Amino acid sequence: MRTPISYFLLVAALLFTLGTVGVLVRRNALLIFMSVELQLNAVNLALVAFSRQAGNLTGQVLAFFSMVVAAAEVVVGLAIIVSLYRKRHSSDVDDARLLKW
Amino acid sequence: MLLTGLIPALPLAGAAVLLLSGKRWKDASAGWLASALVAGSFVVSAIVFFRLLALPAAQRISVGHFFDWIASGTFHVNVDLRADPLSIVMALTVTGVATLIHLYSIEYMHADPRFARFFGYMNLFVFFMLVLVLANNFLLLYLGWEGVGLCSYLLIGFWFERPAAADAAKKAFITTRIGDTAFLIGIVLIWTHFHSLDFALVFRGASGLANGTATVIALLLFSGAVGKSAQLPLHVWLPDAMEGPTPVSALIHAATMVTAGVYLVVRSHPIFQASGTALTVVAVVGVVTAIYAGLSAIGQDDIKRMLAYSTISQLGFMFFGAGMGAFSAAIFLLVTHAFFKALLFLAAGSVMHGLPGEETDMMRMGALRRVMPVTATAWIIGWLAMAGIPPFSGFFAKDQVVGAASQAGRSGLWIAALVAAMLTALYESRATFLAFFGEPRYEGHAHDPGLAMRVALIVLGLGAVVGGVLGISSSTGLLPRFLQPVVGAVHKPEGGPPEWALIVISTAVALIGIGLAWFVYLSKRIDWQALRTRLWRTKRTMQQGFYVNALYSSAIVAPAKLGAAFLAYVVDARVIDGTVNGLGHAFRGLAVVGRRVQTGLVRNYALAFLAGAVGILFYLAVKF
Repeated sequence: MRTPISYFLLVAALLFTLGTVGVLVRRNALLIFMSVELQLNAVNLALVAFSRQAGNLTGQVLAFFSMVVAAAEVVVGLAIIVSLYRKRHSSDVDDARLLKW
Repeated sequence: MLLTGLIPALPLAGAAVLLLSGKRWKDASAGWLASALVAGSFVVSAIVFFRLLALPAAQRISVGHFFDWIASGTFHVNVDLRADPLSIVMALTVTGVATLIHLYSIEYMHADPRFARFFGYMNLFVFFMLVLVLANNFLLLYLGWEGVGLCSYLLIGFWFERPAAADAAKKAFITTRIGDTAFLIGIVLIWTHFHSLDFALVFRGASGLANGTATVIALLLFSGAVGKSAQLPLHVWLPDAMEGPTPVSALIHAATMVTAGVYLVVRSHPIFQASGTALTVVAVVGVVTAIYAGLSAIGQDDIKRMLAYSTISQLGFMFFGAGMGAFSAAIFLLVTHAFFKALLFLAAGSVMHGLPGEETDMMRMGALRRVMPVTATAWIIGWLAMAGIPPFSGFFAKDQVVGAASQAGRSGLWIAALVAAMLTALYESRATFLAFFGEPRYEGHAHDPGLAMRVALIVLGLGAVVGGVLGISSSTGLLPRFLQPVVGAVHKPEGGPPEWALIVISTAVALIGIGLAWFVYLSKRIDWQALRTRLWRTKRTMQQGFYVNALYSSAIVAPAKLGAAFLAYVVDARVIDGTVNGLGHAFRGLAVVGRRVQTGLVRNYALAFLAGAVGILFYLAVKF
């Protein structure tokens, strides 16, 4: 007996909500970053679940792409965070509010 | 006819050479070149004239086609030059007088730093004037018309360092422009009615014009003439134009350009004749101007301004003659006037040249005939010619012009013309007695001019003496007969007083004017200087030309300035700038509020993302 797709989607939704809340309430750049990863992984989970449901590999392939892009994004994002920390001695995103009116 | 083309081509070549390489010409060479080219033009005109003379009277016309100027749809204008009796008489007068004035200018302008440029402008003027008189259609005539206006502007303002000269140049240009605009509208009307601007075609069809149309076209053309020939009410520029060098006044503002209006009226006489009203208007404007300018001339102390007003009054006589239908008499007066008025101007220039400090005030002259015999002789010839004393040239011409009114049975106009003739004799004699007779009122040494100026004076003087032989009789004289193919035959008058009676009357009128001037200024029975002080108010009114200038400044210039100030300081500064600045301020205010959105807080942006994403999802969910 197969696990129904709704279980996977429920978990994915939970993970995504956790990630979203994390992005919105956290102030530490690293933690926001991790929350973003959580959102990405929630989406990946949903993709794989849909793939299994549909019976083809398109969703899984898309998930791989998503992971590759996420890896690349982590590299860039971490580099930004590190250089930001070096400049301002803080990883609080609210301190980096230069681009405003 | 290539030869006709050569007439304007020679001065044009001179103008091109002198204006493009003016500074390279040393000494008087530029002046000699310019004079030689104009003289050459005169010789060519004479050749064309004799060729015409060899033909039978009815065939005396040759039109040379040079090139197509404008061809746009049905609108065709060619550069065609026309040699017929009228245009060749004008060309001979223009080139003949211009040659002498060029010669005179070589000496008169010798010390001027812009010597070559002066002659370049003068040659350019002669070119445009010849285009004007030789043109075979209205548009080419208009080209010459505007060209002489331009040269007039350039030459009045030749000494542009003097603000008065620069202002006078602008005034002349703008005032004549008013008339020119009407003239252009007239040309457009001619085209809409005839679909051609060629003289031959237009004049052939002129008699078929409706009376009202003919009147409108004729009056529009006449408006152009009024501006160019300084008739009331556009005469104000001519007295001021005397700020230019005296040879310019002699050539442009006495002998040639200002007579272009008379030429225009005579040339387009079929249109004027198609409308009797227009001819009456021409005559009335002419005679009123003659009287007005005559009275103003009596009040002038500046010798050149006196001559300017006298030019206005003589042009009034010419228009009067044309308005009476005596076209050949008007042209006769034009030709003789070109000689005696140029002579008077050049004599006035010699006086200025010979007196210390370029004196032009006749109050500081007197008894000049003793120290300037040549100049004085020249002036006296001009004076007698202008006053209308037989057998000098002006007498015959003016007698015919004035007599035309009596023969046409218009006694009122005739008497007005006689009054104007009397005034002419009076103001001209007054100037003569003040400047050349009586007691000397100047200080320092005065002398006659040098050779070149003397030659010009003597030749013009001869012309002014014998010019009358051209038209001793108004119907059978040389000039009337020669002009007959163009302006129509002059018929012997049926009614009115006989010709000898008219001659006696005009001579008597001239003698009255001279006698009056003699009585006041020379007879010593009246202390004229005391009289001057007593009547200063009248004198001032006349000197100011009855305050027409003041009237124009308060009635036209001041309101125009007020309107301009309103536009500049209210409409432009408040309305237009206000709109533009207001828009800027409005957007700035909006931005002050709107830019608060950009907090710089990453989490705010993230929230906005989320809200957007949820919104889109919600929309999709509702839609599907």
